Amino acid sequence: MRSDLEMIDEWIQPNTRVLDLGCGPGELLQHLIGNKQVHGYGLEIDPENLNICIEKGIPVLEQNIDEGLHNFEDQSFDLVVMTHALQQFRRPDLLLDEMLRIGKECIITFPNFGHWRNRIHLGLKGRMPVSDFLPYNWYDTPNIHFCTFHDFERLCLEKSIKILRWAAVDGQLKDHWWIRTMPNIFSETAVFHVSR
Amino acid sequence: MPDTLPANSVGVVVPQIAQFDTPLTLSCGQTLSSYQLVYETYGELNQQASNAILICHALSGDHHAAGYHTMSDKKPGWWDSAIGPGKAIDTNQFFVVSLNNLGGCCGSTGPTSINPETNQIWGAHFPIVTVEDWVESQARLADRLGIRTFAAIVGGSLGGMQVLEWSIRFPDRLKAAAIIASAPKLSTQNIAFNEVARQSIRRDPEFHDGNYLDQETVPTNGLGLARMLGHITYLSDDAMGAKFGRQMRHDAYQYNYGIEFEVESYLRYQGEAFTKRFDANTYMLMTKALDYFDPAAQANGDLAAVLSRAQCEFLLVSFTTDWRFAPERSEEIVNALVKAGKHVSYTKIEAAEGHDAFLFPIPRYMNALSSFLTRVAKRLTTEVK
Repeated sequence: MRSDLEMIDEWIQPNTRVLDLGCGPGELLQHLIGNKQVHGYGLEIDPENLNICIEKGIPVLEQNIDEGLHNFEDQSFDLVVMTHALQQFRRPDLLLDEMLRIGKECIITFPNFGHWRNRIHLGLKGRMPVSDFLPYNWYDTPNIHFCTFHDFERLCLEKSIKILRWAAVDGQLKDHWWIRTMPNIFSETAVFHVSR
Repeated sequence: MPDTLPANSVGVVVPQIAQFDTPLTLSCGQTLSSYQLVYETYGELNQQASNAILICHALSGDHHAAGYHTMSDKKPGWWDSAIGPGKAIDTNQFFVVSLNNLGGCCGSTGPTSINPETNQIWGAHFPIVTVEDWVESQARLADRLGIRTFAAIVGGSLGGMQVLEWSIRFPDRLKAAAIIASAPKLSTQNIAFNEVARQSIRRDPEFHDGNYLDQETVPTNGLGLARMLGHITYLSDDAMGAKFGRQMRHDAYQYNYGIEFEVESYLRYQGEAFTKRFDANTYMLMTKALDYFDPAAQANGDLAAVLSRAQCEFLLVSFTTDWRFAPERSEEIVNALVKAGKHVSYTKIEAAEGHDAFLFPIPRYMNALSSFLTRVAKRLTTEVK
């Protein structure tokens, strides 16, 4: 399992109802269903990923998240998870509202654009960062709404969203004291566990 | 006509008949004292009788879903693209059962059969049957074949409604349900289309209140017209446009009511061909079964409450250009299943063919069905161990 998934796995309670937005090939759900008796559904639009999930027996629904989540009832899930996808949607702020309408709690992971390497890339080279972790060019990237660790914190504050806990990790998903002290500069991936 | 059978064909198949003498009380209150169902099977039933898949047919379908009846057949069964060795419904793994529903006109007891009590053709006197009645009779056929639990039940359109009903009525008799291009009930527009189809049959002077066979005639005009209307609703605007556009028969307008546009010719041909293989009373009865189906009605419209009984895993499939059973209608079932906490997967297939898409071997669609049934097959083998 991808290591950011491993980390949030520790935060997820057994026997809960989980909705995974952009579940990919269903790694997280498969683990949660198999080991934590979680009752889960994934949303996905990639045909290959959909088929992988169907064959593994992971409940997956083809649904374009940008077109809304109104088919899900208020507070109908214990947890709504979105890993490495928030920055790909048209309105991450409205999506966050929707996630907290559907779920009692949410876990969100995203690439921290404030990472020092990005700053150097933009500051010294004067060009949009391209790395192994973010391998796209500005014109073909699915990541249309990058934000930094602090940007997300700020959005939560503006929306009166409670941050239950957070983690900031490097490329290997390890956390170090210097990342914890200055997550906005040193974390590559930000992980937030939030509720209303 | 195939000179040799394709390797992935189930080959030449022989329909079988099951006679039932236990009376069947129908939703309408009438009882059929005896009846017969014609069916075909493909593949081998395993020792535990656990690998059976039931195919439920749609409005104009029948028991002949795959293979050929004779080597001189022009076409194989109606779902040959999906059923066979190595296909999505893999006859190397599964024992596939496909029947003609009660009220049909292809060998099962229906309006063209003889009523044993009067020794006359049933005609208009054949009772209206419902999806619930079909499922009840299908369960009896399963009993006859020694199948307690189906590994999966699969159906498109009206066939999907039967699958949905199975999951509610006999929750412990199926492990998996594939509901394709279907709906939890007809929309008003759909009922309206059905009524126009029925009226076109009933207003044909050859209809004789449904007892046309006694008069040795057939309401071909009415039935053909009903089929023409139906056919338009099964295709998408795009698909018709791509196939015919404004192609004309002649170089210039003829300024009369003969065939000018190719689409006119096509529709007339479709209508006429249908009257040669289908019975008008059966057509009307099938449209009524569609109209009446509404399982949520028993819970004041709460589909999730009704589906809370279901125990199987579900796969729902819809097609983007299907406007007769639009994706939103499949999504009503999906949302109810999610609300009820059931195991469901859903895929919306990009397809140009409209409602008819469910009969085409569209790769993404076939892959999804195949993945779903591969999982069903895997569970069978782990359960045996």
